[in-house]
Amino acid sequence: MATTEEVQKLASLARITVGEEELERFTREFDTILGYIGQLDSLALSEKGEERPALRNVMREDGEPHATGKYTKKLTEQFPAREGDALVVKQVISHE
Amino acid sequence: MSKALNELTIVEAARALRARECTVRELWDACAGAAQAKNPELNAYLELFDADSAAIDAAQRRIDDDGEAAPMLCGIPLAVKDNILIQGRIASAASKMLEGYMATYDATVVRKLKEAGALFLGRTNMDEFAMGSSTEHSAFGHTKNPLDPTRVPGGSSGGSAAAVAAHMCIAALGSDTGGSIRQPASHTGLVGLKPTYGAVSRSGLIALGSSLDQIGPLTKSVEDAHLIFEAIRGEDTLDSTTIPDGLYPLVREEESLRIGVPRHLVEQEGLDPELKSLFDATCARLADASHTLVDIELPTSSSALAAYYVIMPAEVSTNLARLDGIRYGLAGRGAALLDDYLESRSEGFGPETRRRILLGTFVLSSGYIDAYYHKARAARGALRHDYARAFEQCDVIAFPTTTAPAFRFGEKSHDPLSMYLEDVFTVTANLTGMPALSVPMGTVEGLPAGFHLTAPHQGEARLFATARIVEKLPRA
Repeated sequence: MATTEEVQKLASLARITVGEEELERFTREFDTILGYIGQLDSLALSEKGEERPALRNVMREDGEPHATGKYTKKLTEQFPAREGDALVVKQVISHE
Repeated sequence: MSKALNELTIVEAARALRARECTVRELWDACAGAAQAKNPELNAYLELFDADSAAIDAAQRRIDDDGEAAPMLCGIPLAVKDNILIQGRIASAASKMLEGYMATYDATVVRKLKEAGALFLGRTNMDEFAMGSSTEHSAFGHTKNPLDPTRVPGGSSGGSAAAVAAHMCIAALGSDTGGSIRQPASHTGLVGLKPTYGAVSRSGLIALGSSLDQIGPLTKSVEDAHLIFEAIRGEDTLDSTTIPDGLYPLVREEESLRIGVPRHLVEQEGLDPELKSLFDATCARLADASHTLVDIELPTSSSALAAYYVIMPAEVSTNLARLDGIRYGLAGRGAALLDDYLESRSEGFGPETRRRILLGTFVLSSGYIDAYYHKARAARGALRHDYARAFEQCDVIAFPTTTAPAFRFGEKSHDPLSMYLEDVFTVTANLTGMPALSVPMGTVEGLPAGFHLTAPHQGEARLFATARIVEKLPRA
């Protein structure tokens, strides 16, 4: 059984605010959903069940970089706040 | 010509363009006109683009100059799901979070289609971040099923499906994480393909579940789906999960097919009885046409949906962590940096998105990761093994695409689990990475239903060949 405190904890881990009413609804729904996916528990799987995929190298050689600044304008245009090409954010570490 | 231009398939439109029966401009105008006329009622498109005269003229010149050598998609107006990036256009994934996000580059599939001379009519509605099976989770209103406006078109690619079914475009692109192309195709009488994982580049697709997502076509015919698939597939340096041709053993097209039917799935409770008889009748007609039906067992299938609803939310919670309101997208601002995150994400994400993020956070948390996530991964491996074993006895695997025809608005939107059960047949192909296709098999009480086919990895050619046979079967 999920509790509202647990769901509240998950919400804060996921950086989401959940209102009181929604918290209760999510908690109820969680029970139903977890009840359903709980059927995995009764599944008898051998340790070999999880197959390791065959490995192949998907890395490519570094090279052919795009010209510096090619995307700067397009990307900075999406910034909510900026100074020149710099993204403005709140201070991360406080001195207080 | 008996059909209006916007009602043509890609193959028919390409032929008409080459025979000078119509111009690219006339084809565009017919589709754009139908889209403008029907969109206020259906809400298939979130945005209709203005005609790009340069692209229309270029396509016309290419057909005039190259004739038969011009790509089949040259001059064909297509619709694109709102989670696929077109440079300079908004790509919102039907979320308030990205309502104003302007794509800074073309998705690889869009680049390939542009190179083939295809045109883009607009971006289509969907469930927010492709989470849903009805488009009811869109932040911008739901899309109606053109065949019965009191019903959902399916989802999450419901806008693309409605646009094609209502002839508001010639064909469309969707994305499929657990059935989001095949289920709406089934509900609107279309062909929908989920390619082999890695066959089509995901570069420029807004990620939902990265180990499951594939882009694919929604079309009026099997031939059209084949054409679009050939145009968009291929290895891509921008997506390291794309695969080279011949990575898997060659899947041959067979004259006489062995069609595997998992009776234990088809006989299960909850399958609409009329839809089941339609499926059985379709199988019987395939047998009459000298194909062989084989009973197969897919024991892990019954747990596939449960495994999917662990793996997918886990990937969702990870993928959507990047949307924090700092660099792009909705930017809520509070007292401290943490408040900026909280305000952006709480305001930007709708209820279903938040539900899945929480679920994903839960199944990945340290106390539960073994019980849920690792168990689901093991089930996924076992499922893949089940399918591999079944393909030793058969060439394709068949079952219905959905358990029932399109449902009414509101019927499932208040019960997340019943909505999740919509994907019960389709999720397996995403978990195994195998290609799968839904092709219309007839109607149930006037509503279309799809016949679902799965082939081994990289077996799309066999899927298309089989689907063409189903497409041509006499209807009951």
